[in-house]
Amino acid sequence: MPAAISAEDIECLAVGAWILGTGGGGSPYLGLLNMRRLYAAGHRVVLMSPFDLADDDRVAVVSNMGAPLVGQERLTDSRSIARAVQMQEEYCGVKFRAVMPLEIGGGNGVQPLMAAAHLALPVVDADLMGRAYPEAQMTSAAVGGLAPDPCALYDPRGIEAFVTKVPSWKWMERTSRKICVEMGSIASTCKAPRSGREVKDWGIHFTVSKAIDIGRRVREAQRRHEDPVAAVIDEGGGKLLFRGKVVDVARRTTEGFLRGRCVIDGLDEDRGSRLELAFQNEWVVAWKDAAPLAMSPDLICVLDTVAGSAFGTETIRYGMRASVVAMPAPPVFLTPKGLEHVGPRAFGYDLDFRSVFEAR
Amino acid sequence: MQRIGIDVGGTNTDAVLLEDGRVVHAVKTPTTADITGGIVAALGRLARHPAVAGGAIEAVIIGTTHFVNAVVQRRGLTKVAALRIGLPTGASLPPFCDWPADLARLVEGAVFMLEGGHEYDGRELMPFDDEGVREAARQIRAGGLRSVAIASVFSPLDGAHEERARAIVREEGGGGVAVTLSRDLGRIGLLERENAALLNAALADLACTTIAGFRAAIAKSGIAAPLYLTQNDGTVMSAEAAMALPVMSFASGATNSMRGAAFLSGVSDAMVIDVGGTSTDVGELRRGFPREANAVVEIGEVRTLFRMPDLLSIGLGGGSIVQREPLRVGPESVGYRLPQAALVFGGRTLTATDAAVAAGIVDIGDKAKAAAVPRELAQAVLDRARENIEDAIDRMKTEAGDVKLIAVGGGAFLVPDRLAGVSEVIRVAHGDCANAVGAAIAQISGETDQVYRDMGREAAIAAAKAQARQRAIAAGADPASLVTVDVEDMPLAYLRGDALRVRVRVAGDLKSPAA
Repeated sequence: MPAAISAEDIECLAVGAWILGTGGGGSPYLGLLNMRRLYAAGHRVVLMSPFDLADDDRVAVVSNMGAPLVGQERLTDSRSIARAVQMQEEYCGVKFRAVMPLEIGGGNGVQPLMAAAHLALPVVDADLMGRAYPEAQMTSAAVGGLAPDPCALYDPRGIEAFVTKVPSWKWMERTSRKICVEMGSIASTCKAPRSGREVKDWGIHFTVSKAIDIGRRVREAQRRHEDPVAAVIDEGGGKLLFRGKVVDVARRTTEGFLRGRCVIDGLDEDRGSRLELAFQNEWVVAWKDAAPLAMSPDLICVLDTVAGSAFGTETIRYGMRASVVAMPAPPVFLTPKGLEHVGPRAFGYDLDFRSVFEAR
Repeated sequence: MQRIGIDVGGTNTDAVLLEDGRVVHAVKTPTTADITGGIVAALGRLARHPAVAGGAIEAVIIGTTHFVNAVVQRRGLTKVAALRIGLPTGASLPPFCDWPADLARLVEGAVFMLEGGHEYDGRELMPFDDEGVREAARQIRAGGLRSVAIASVFSPLDGAHEERARAIVREEGGGGVAVTLSRDLGRIGLLERENAALLNAALADLACTTIAGFRAAIAKSGIAAPLYLTQNDGTVMSAEAAMALPVMSFASGATNSMRGAAFLSGVSDAMVIDVGGTSTDVGELRRGFPREANAVVEIGEVRTLFRMPDLLSIGLGGGSIVQREPLRVGPESVGYRLPQAALVFGGRTLTATDAAVAAGIVDIGDKAKAAAVPRELAQAVLDRARENIEDAIDRMKTEAGDVKLIAVGGGAFLVPDRLAGVSEVIRVAHGDCANAVGAAIAQISGETDQVYRDMGREAAIAAAKAQARQRAIAAGADPASLVTVDVEDMPLAYLRGDALRVRVRVAGDLKSPAA
């Protein structure tokens, strides 16, 4: 049975999705603002279990694509993502049963709610990443060998584009990325439609409610003046990796991505140590004193030590006090095929994946 | 060489005279509704001190919470026309969209959203809509709006569209229209930068009358020295700059109080507690500067990206009202009515000050009038105050272990000498005027913001630092005291040759002629 998503749930989702965004996906704040305005105008959204989908239902997979920094200036319009879904319906000649997030992490965790509000469709409690990732082939759908096309891209200046046919997910990434960069490194997208069966087989399930639950724990801890970082670790089954202060951030926007590195000097028990983080939209690898400490697909979350909320790769800056937390990867990414798609080598780092959560 | 530091607070106006790094004299007077009267009174009392007569005053530096209070208390605000340049992006999130309703009602005069703005790579998002801006400017004039905030997409990278819009607004609006450009206030983050511009525009009238009042008060006191205002980072800005950008002073009260505490105590790393009449602020000093809050800061419930000290405020002060059964100390306060309302001043309200007098830890007003307060009640009030203070200090700690605590402010007597989690409570002479001392020692800054090409990031930042230092030294800073306050770099992918926009800000102490 679909469950109503309350206004409070959306506030929690914004906090939790930002944490699961592992630095990327863009801050959910603007999506939250859009949802507050839509709810104030009387719109309501419901959440449905992936297992309530019929096998032949069609599900729209939505996301905002591009560099998070751009999203801070070119503000998300709630109607854009709905238009991308309509484009896909018009092109494929289907009616969607529901929408779901491509990635639960960051602003894209809220995008399907905007589309759902405008189109009066339910949101499926699942995604294809369990976090945020920068590239099209970094999904459970790609690991599962599902069809990568067609993909609809929309720019509110009235630019509508499709990538209609590609031989692989990597080609989908390359071609859609080129279009996205031309659009200004931001585009509202509706990915290859999924069947209900595919969502049940290859979706990462109940991640929308997971994000809401993590957000709720953080907000509760903040209200009670308890440690919100500890609440995140408890709710997400995570591990504290490092505590310190940001001493350098270098970032560059290239090929439609925000890339760079961030250096954190240790405080408290980590005093005297230094953590270096590499990012491509999301945190990818963390080195402690030059030795690899954590890497994708484990989730690396950099949190505000005091507030417990997430820092994004586009907003983190000098002087911020940060706690670096790891959370376990969705199992689909831990297989050899999964690691091919999202392991450290997929990001250009010649490292063998070793999970923070393996017994040492 | 003498400098006068003045703190214009909601309750008191404090003034101190600093000579060669030493507080010569400090006075405290009530703030007056017209601001000017309180400053004239304070300067008058300061001038009567023998050390002051004949000294050459080199600068008068004012720190004030007047502008931030105006936003928080929603008074003295000007109606603003918001001009957003960036359609068709962001149409569902117009200016004021995340403001609290009561403040938006006061400030929102008109909203215009037009095509234009830039991409991250420097291309135009849309061509500038000359005719649209002109029409908006005409409507702004017809609506009688005198203050305009302009924000365009990616203006920190390219402010051309904001500047063109300003020129048109001035052309069509005639003289006397105040224009705030978002690029002067901020960084990437359109909504937060626009909010800062809107708040600044809302303060346009208040800034002019208030700073004119400051000037009149100084002139009336026969002082010829230049006037400066302190800004959020503990450095000074000229009175003219402050009139155009009053939001830059938002956090200066707290910054001054903490920097004053560091100066008076000679301790640069410690917790600071500033106990006033109504509230108590707790913050942490690191190397003489307040620790900054992370990320987004809300002012009067409006989201901005200002850099502000990380403070915890609790409702405890000398004027806190005591209620019995169950015992409550604050957050209600008699505030500025303390000199009439408290028992020791012949009033009828039991306050934290009365409890302190009854317990014999401080001598204020008429001690006999506190005699009716039972000893156990007085102690219970002080215990409650101590618990609240201990909790606040613990919440502000970022590391385990005991900390040094500098206690300042008029209500500092409520801070006991022994506190859990505190190794030592430091009290200082003139601690009740720490704000004004902080204003008097405000620093000189130097800033540079320019594009470097073909030199790599490290080299570009080094070049920018050198230039910012030169500017600070030229403005009178002591080279040995200069520290880098802010470094920010933004790659400009659309320009050839690894172009990098670098902004650097350094600050240091005013160099004394003797040195």
